[in-house]
Amino acid sequence: MNLELLIPELTLAVFAGLVIILDTLIEQKRLLAQVSLSALVISGGISLALWGGNIPAIFNNMLAVDNFAIFFKLLFLGIAFLVILSSIDYVNKFAHFQGEYYALVLLATLGMMLMAATADLISIYVALELTSISICALVCFLKDAKSTEASLKYILLAALSSAVMLYGMALVFGFTGKTQLSEIARVIQATPMTTLVTSPALVLGIVLLIAGFGFKIAAVPFQMWVPDVYEGAPTPITAYLSVASKAAGFAVIVRVFFSSFGNTWLSMNWGITFAALSAISMTIGNIIAIPQSNIKRLFGYSSIAQAGYLMVGLAALGFSSATDIIGRSSILFFLASYAFTNMGAFIAIIAISNKLDSDLIDDYSGMGRRAPLVALALTFCLVSLVGIPPAAGFMAKFYIFSAAVKRGLLWLVFIAVINSVISAYYYLRVVKVMWLGEAVSPERVPSSGVLRLGLVLATLGVLLLGITPGYVMRLAEFAAKIFTF
Amino acid sequence: MGFNYLSWMLFLPAAGAIIIAFIPGLTEKRIKCLAAGLTFISFALAVFVFATFDRSPSAVGVIQFEEKALWIAPLKAYYHLGVDGLSLPLALLTAFLGFLSVLISWKIEMRWREYFAWLLLLETSILGVFLSLDLLLFFIFWEIEVVPMYFLISIWGAGRREYSAIKYVVYTLFGSAFMLAGILSLYFTTGSLSMVDIASRGLGMVQSIMRPTIIFFLVLVAFAVKLPVFPLHTWLPDAHTDAPTAASVILAGVLIKMGGYGMIRLCVAFFPQVAQQYAVILVVLAIIGVLYGAAVTMRQTDFKRLIAYSSISHMGYVLLGIFALGRVSLVGASLQMFSHGLVTGLLFAMVGLVMHNAHERDLRQFGGLARQVPIITVVFSIAGLASLGLPTTSGFAAEFITFIGSYSSTTVPGIQVYTILGVLGVVVTAGYILWMLQRVFYGPVQEKYSSMADADVLEQVYMFAFVAVIMLVGIYPAILTDVLKLGISPVVKLLGG
Repeated sequence: MNLELLIPELTLAVFAGLVIILDTLIEQKRLLAQVSLSALVISGGISLALWGGNIPAIFNNMLAVDNFAIFFKLLFLGIAFLVILSSIDYVNKFAHFQGEYYALVLLATLGMMLMAATADLISIYVALELTSISICALVCFLKDAKSTEASLKYILLAALSSAVMLYGMALVFGFTGKTQLSEIARVIQATPMTTLVTSPALVLGIVLLIAGFGFKIAAVPFQMWVPDVYEGAPTPITAYLSVASKAAGFAVIVRVFFSSFGNTWLSMNWGITFAALSAISMTIGNIIAIPQSNIKRLFGYSSIAQAGYLMVGLAALGFSSATDIIGRSSILFFLASYAFTNMGAFIAIIAISNKLDSDLIDDYSGMGRRAPLVALALTFCLVSLVGIPPAAGFMAKFYIFSAAVKRGLLWLVFIAVINSVISAYYYLRVVKVMWLGEAVSPERVPSSGVLRLGLVLATLGVLLLGITPGYVMRLAEFAAKIFTF
Repeated sequence: MGFNYLSWMLFLPAAGAIIIAFIPGLTEKRIKCLAAGLTFISFALAVFVFATFDRSPSAVGVIQFEEKALWIAPLKAYYHLGVDGLSLPLALLTAFLGFLSVLISWKIEMRWREYFAWLLLLETSILGVFLSLDLLLFFIFWEIEVVPMYFLISIWGAGRREYSAIKYVVYTLFGSAFMLAGILSLYFTTGSLSMVDIASRGLGMVQSIMRPTIIFFLVLVAFAVKLPVFPLHTWLPDAHTDAPTAASVILAGVLIKMGGYGMIRLCVAFFPQVAQQYAVILVVLAIIGVLYGAAVTMRQTDFKRLIAYSSISHMGYVLLGIFALGRVSLVGASLQMFSHGLVTGLLFAMVGLVMHNAHERDLRQFGGLARQVPIITVVFSIAGLASLGLPTTSGFAAEFITFIGSYSSTTVPGIQVYTILGVLGVVVTAGYILWMLQRVFYGPVQEKYSSMADADVLEQVYMFAFVAVIMLVGIYPAILTDVLKLGISPVVKLLGG
């Protein structure tokens, strides 16, 4: 047993329990947030210490503690940090259960960290369910009609997608007789080409896996839950869903598909599947986003489109040779830059909605005068989402598209860049309302210190990743390298 | 290493933008002085670079004042700046107009803090386009420019400003989407992002994977939108007309030159064979642009829109000169870009001034202003005459060299016919310019303009700065052509000339 390798996860589990117990003992609820934040910092510090260890598999080959997993763990911890920062004022909306709220955020993070580290189909499933159930509880925290409806939709569709995925796993297991990812890869490599081509079970299994994971990353046609859930959930949780949940989904997809189904014939096929899903996701996400009047719904569709851009990387991955790491590293970099950008945008939205109590884009009118810095940060994040330099979003797109062009997927990149132009229209509409619209009231919109801190951290991240992306790209390359076995 | 002239020149305005945007409590006066001061230093550096630029024959195609540092290692992208004969005049023009546009904006009335921040950021982004020698850096500056221009038009503009602003953004982003695809293809077929490398190693290595024709056209679209080339020009009249005066000056003066510069630097220099093959299409589009632009200009009744449309016609000459692909015609096209930047910049500044002082923009309502505002009339007439190409103004030198060069070019079959058709544009230009001058400044004096103010001291300063440079280039064009030749020669060599 290498229990020390699991300390980051165990820390979160222990602190989650601790937060719930503390909640019953203390009056000063802010302390709960501080305890949760310190849990994340401790966990992050220990994860960082494990960087470079590259232990391929522990616990009967259930988990891998490699750079890839640690990259994602740090990402999730960072996101959770910003989510909790942005929740400190928001949680005053509900009088009770603040301890449970923080604990659930920690548990969801724990689930995602495990998702990034799984090396076995069974542990994937367990980790995924831990995440889904925690998030589902978080979504209904507002306990009003919309929030409850959102939660119900989420749990029903999550259950459905889990079932589909489980069926896929069963088929893959039936074909290979293994649950461990590296073993599956070995069996498939040893299978002659003719058998592969004539075995619909394996192909069906892979398709079902794509469907199951497609739910997590909000790809079309598995995106139906997104707008309603994004709108109904507490805003910090929406942010969390849009960023961390998606990143976790991509972590699992990259690991499973690359290490298990890396066979040339198979990977060409899932590569083209992801290419098609990518083209559909970005187009539909961007077009439906245009008429939205609620900013959270707008971000829902925006996140579908962003999943589309990310899948450009998956498609490139399918067409890459094993030694070519740019497909993987560009996905990691994109996720990191997307995390900062979307978190920044959502913290700004939280700051504004705390005061306005509205998520309608029209109510953002004149925000440039009422809350100049928040509006400026939101503008910068929106510019990043369009993919205009010097924001991180541009570098991320450049990197991921370059991976695709390198693999001859110019047509897909073409669709993606045209989509970026379409997206400029609705992202800039928010910008326009904020800076050009008349202020509804002259009253300023103040924001608390913690929100400002979160906003500054996220925006700085967007700026740094946009101007000096080299360091994070290098990290992403190191993280992506582990697969070259 | 020494002093990094280009970096200072490039980032001083941006630094000013950051100071203005984030340091609270700056008074209006201080902001304006800061903006003027920093852009002036930037301009002074540009003049210094221009003055000390090595013009000896051994400097043909040599990148001077080069700065190079590794920037993003995994992408092999460099922070690479430098000037050669092609980019230096345009960078100088940008710095010049950047400084003058601050003076032109002196009377801006609202939200001056944001206004000057955006204006300065705009200058940095345009300078960046002309100074970058790395494709990624080039593209980044190319894209950044959209944001300040969007805000300048949509907040401080007039008329249908929000519509014009978003139209401008969508057109530009649409073009750059194509360019991004093109640059990525170039990057993977050549393995390099360095503009110098790709141009010097030539087409040979591009042929391998992707057909160079596709990349050529992908990249060309972005520049064609910007220049603009018929039929991608429809954003221009709206954006130019509705933008605030200083933004119009920058738009017409240097921003659309990014298109012409890009065509020479990326399209012609990277794909000389493809350019030769398809030049005739672009020459035809150029002539359509010249004649169509001129004809439409004739019909305008809005003062500012008239100048805007005249740009389409004048940019046709640039396109003609570039794709005539001759040594002289390319020099002429580059000179035309410089000259048009000055002349149209001045025209827009003057139109802005007249509109501001007269509170009127409909040409049919004007008349007889020559009595009331003599200084404006004189300067406006000079600008108008330069626009129609009167000798001793830069417009004459530029158009003359362009036509001579195109006519004598041997690369494109039938170029003589196209050139002669293009020359017809000059006649129409003379028509609408003189008619405009007549309608505005001559004719019976109107009572309602009797209290109209003439140019004040500050306005006279920038007017005479413009006029002086227009005359200087008109009388002694060699001051620019000597430099331009150094940049054009290597391109012509690639074309086999």
